[in-house]
Amino acid sequence: MNLHEYQAKELLRAIGVPIPPGDIATTPDEAEAIATRLGTAVMVKAQVHAGGRGKAGGVKYCPTPAVAREKAQAILGMDIKGLTVEKVLVTTAADIASEAYVGIIVDRARKAPVFMVSAAGGIDIEEVAATTPEKIMYEAVDTRYGLLPFQAMQMGFFLYKDVKLARQAAAIMTQLYDAFMEAGCSLAEINPLVVTPTNELIAVDGKMVIDDNELDRKPSIAALRDESSEAPSEVDARNANLTFIKLDGNVGCCVNGAGLAMATMDLVKYYGGEPANFLDIGGSSNPEKVVNALRIITADPNVKAILFNIFGGITRTDDVANGIVTATKQSPLKVPIVIRLTGTNEEIAVKILQENGFSASSDMDEAVQRAVALAKGGAA
Amino acid sequence: MSIFIDNSTKLLVQGITGRDGSFHAKQMLEYGTNVVAGVTPGKGGQMFEGKVPVFDTVADAVKATGANTSVIYVPPMYAADAMMEAAAAGVALIVCITEGVPVLDMTRVYPFVKEHGARLIGPNCPGLITPGASKVGIIPGRICTPGPVGVVSRSGTLTYEVVYQLTRAGIGQSTCVGIGGDPINGTNFIDCLAAFEADPQTKAVAMMGEIGGTDEQEAAEFVRTKMKKPVVGFIAGQTAPPGRRMGHAGAIISGSSGTAAEKIAAFEAAGMGVAKRPLDFVELLKARV
Repeated sequence: MNLHEYQAKELLRAIGVPIPPGDIATTPDEAEAIATRLGTAVMVKAQVHAGGRGKAGGVKYCPTPAVAREKAQAILGMDIKGLTVEKVLVTTAADIASEAYVGIIVDRARKAPVFMVSAAGGIDIEEVAATTPEKIMYEAVDTRYGLLPFQAMQMGFFLYKDVKLARQAAAIMTQLYDAFMEAGCSLAEINPLVVTPTNELIAVDGKMVIDDNELDRKPSIAALRDESSEAPSEVDARNANLTFIKLDGNVGCCVNGAGLAMATMDLVKYYGGEPANFLDIGGSSNPEKVVNALRIITADPNVKAILFNIFGGITRTDDVANGIVTATKQSPLKVPIVIRLTGTNEEIAVKILQENGFSASSDMDEAVQRAVALAKGGAA
Repeated sequence: MSIFIDNSTKLLVQGITGRDGSFHAKQMLEYGTNVVAGVTPGKGGQMFEGKVPVFDTVADAVKATGANTSVIYVPPMYAADAMMEAAAAGVALIVCITEGVPVLDMTRVYPFVKEHGARLIGPNCPGLITPGASKVGIIPGRICTPGPVGVVSRSGTLTYEVVYQLTRAGIGQSTCVGIGGDPINGTNFIDCLAAFEADPQTKAVAMMGEIGGTDEQEAAEFVRTKMKKPVVGFIAGQTAPPGRRMGHAGAIISGSSGTAAEKIAAFEAAGMGVAKRPLDFVELLKARV
C-alpha cells in the first residue's frame, strides 16, 4: 500500500524528522488560506500515487497566496497517469543549498532492509545507480539489532564532510529507520534531504510504501488507505478478498493461484489475445468468491469473453462450478464464458456445469485458444 | 533417491489442530508420510486422528518423537515465531506453508534459522513432495508419479499444472519443491538446483520462476557454471505491468528490474531450455531425460 507524501511526512514529523510546515487542501480557497497562514512562499504539490508529478505539472512554486490559489485551481482535478488529483499539499518552499537522497528498501538478495544514500539527491535514484553507482552508499541493517549508531554516522559522513551536518543526517536516518520499522514499510525515502543556506537539514519530500502483509497488525496504518485514489474495481476486489489488477485487454481471467494466473494471462497473449485483468481467487474457494469475481470481471466494459482456469488442489472445483451457476442466475452473462477446470471434485463440477447449460474443458491450452477466439468475435 | 525428504522423514505439524493444519495432516497421513507429532500450545496430550500425539511445544515434540522435519500451518502473525521455535528445537528442515508473513519478520527469521543450521523452505509455499515416499505440505499427491525430473517453482497451482502435464505424458518426478512467492524465502532456486545436481535419481530439472527479483538470473548463472544436468525454465508474468504486486508479494517489477524478458534472456544465455508456455515442458524434458 502506498502512502501519500503528506501521510508519510506526518509519520516522519511525529518521530522527529524536520519537515517544512504545511497542510492539505481540497479547494483553491483552502490552498490560499494555508499559504496565508504559513506566511512564506509555498509549494503546491499534487497528492496522487504516481511518480513524475513534477514533470506532469503537479508541483508548483507559489510566491504569494494568490498564486497558490491559482495553481491549486489548476492542479486539483488534474489527471496524472490516469489518476485524478483530489488533494494538494501546501507547504513552505525551502531554500536549497544542496540536495541528498536517503532511502531504505527491503533488499531481497541481502534479506534485510538496506539503506541507499547519495549526495546526488533530488533526482531518480535508479538513474544514479545506473550511471554513477559510485555515488551511492549501501548499508544493510540486521533488524535483530536495528540501525547501529556507527552505521548511521558512516552514512552521515558519506553525505557531508561537516561533522554537524553528518550528525544531523545520522539522527534523521535513525528516525527514518524507526519510522520504516514502526509502519511496516517495504520502502521509505526522503528525496531530497535538503541543506538550507543556514546549514540546517530538512526533509522536503517523503515517500513510504507499506508491506500489505503488515496491515492486519497495524490498524492505524491501514486506516491511511485512500480508496479514492485507487481503481474502484480494485477496491471492490480487495474487500471481497480477491487479488485483482486491471489491464487493458478484453479476455477477462479468473484463476486460482498467482503463478497460474500470470501464466494464464501470458498464454492468452501467446495465442494472440490480450488479458483484461489479473485475478486470483486464492487457495480455499467458496462459491461466494466466484460470484464476486464474476461481478468484478463483467463490470469492465472492455471484456468480450471470460476465461476460468482452475486447478483444484485445496480449491474444490465443484465450489467454483456452483459459484458460476449462482452468479449467472443472479445476473445473466452478456459475453461468452470458457471454463477450464481440473483436479479436486472435477467430475462433480462438470456435472453441475452441464446441468446448467455450461460446458467445461480440462485442457488449459484449448480453453485459452477458445476464449481468445471468442473475444475477437469468432465462433466457440 | 530424492532431495530434502524421503522415507526417513519424521514429520511434525505445527498448527495440527487448526482448520488448514488438520485437513492437510490427514492428507499427508493418507499419502503415507511419517507424521510423528503435532504441536498446538495448550492441546498437549491429545491424540490427532487417534494416532498422532499432540504437544504444547516443538521442543517437547522433538524430544519425544525425534521429528526431523516440521511443516507450519499457523496464522501469518505467528508464523515467524513458529519458524524460529522449530529451528531452536533442532529441527533440520522447516517448511512454512503460511501466506501473508510480513517481510520484516523474515529479516529476523532468516538469519536465526541459518545460525541454527536448519533449512527453511517458504514461507508462502506449497511445500514439497517426493512421489511415492513422502509429502510435506499441500501439493496434491495424485498428480505426481515417481521419475527422473526434479521440479522447483515459486508458485503453487502453476507447479500442479506442469506436474500434471508431465505425469499425463508419462514423465515422473524425483522431488517437487515449491520455494514460495515471497521476497525473502529460506531456500532459493540455486539451493534446489545444487541438490538436484547431486541427486542420482534426478536426470533433468524443470524450473518455474516469475517476475520480481534476480533469483532466476543467479540460478541461470549457476546452471551455466556448475551443472551438468539439463534444466528447462519458464517465467510467469510476461504480461504483468511494472510496479504492481501480482498476487505473490515477491512478484513485482521494480523500476525496470525483475522483468520476464531479462530472466528469459538469462536462461537462454545459460543454454537452458525455455518453455514459452507450461505445456512446452513436456517436449523439452522428453528430449532431455
